[in-house]
Amino acid sequence: MTLQQTIETKLADQLQPQHLQVINESANHNVPPGSESHFKVVVVSDDFTDKPLLARHRLVNQILAQELQHTIHALALHTYTAQEWREKHANSPISPPCLGGSKG
Amino acid sequence: MDVLQRIDQIVKTNPVVIFMKGTPQLPQCGFSMRAAQALQSCGKPFAHVNVLMDQEIFQNLPQYANWPTFPQVYINGELIGGCDITLELFQKGELQKLVNTVAVNA
Repeated sequence: MTLQQTIETKLADQLQPQHLQVINESANHNVPPGSESHFKVVVVSDDFTDKPLLARHRLVNQILAQELQHTIHALALHTYTAQEWREKHANSPISPPCLGGSKG
Repeated sequence: MDVLQRIDQIVKTNPVVIFMKGTPQLPQCGFSMRAAQALQSCGKPFAHVNVLMDQEIFQNLPQYANWPTFPQVYINGELIGGCDITLELFQKGELQKLVNTVAVNA
């Protein structure tokens, strides 16, 4: 399992996210090709409800404690509740419902 | 004085302090650079510690506040967060308020 997959699996298991993006940004940094050193995580979970940012980041840091200690060099973290995520992406409209035309 | 006491003293005696890689003038990490820029944009003076120049602090700061990464921003003796939190607070206008509160008290 790659480090990226490990991060994805652990966060998916423990936060039941509605949305999870783990992006390997190592290629933007001064590390050999194919490295897994710099990651960006975007995670939307209702486990973050009523938690300030510090507590949300602590929660993620704790889930990834082992990886942070040994293998991850940098971790950018963007944490949202489902409601915050909807508000943030209000400009990306919800697609219209099916009106049954193809059954014609 | 051991290193954790030394860190504690820095945190408690500076209303706003950033532990970063490099300096605000010559940052050596993109995350440190962004966090320092956000603090600079608040328009009040702040202290900085270059963790690359102090191996002891570099190795022990994560343990001090149980926070694994750099940079770390402390306001009024409390950990605010790393780069992402500092930036998000700045974008919401909350970082400026926090900095102004301690700047008034100082």
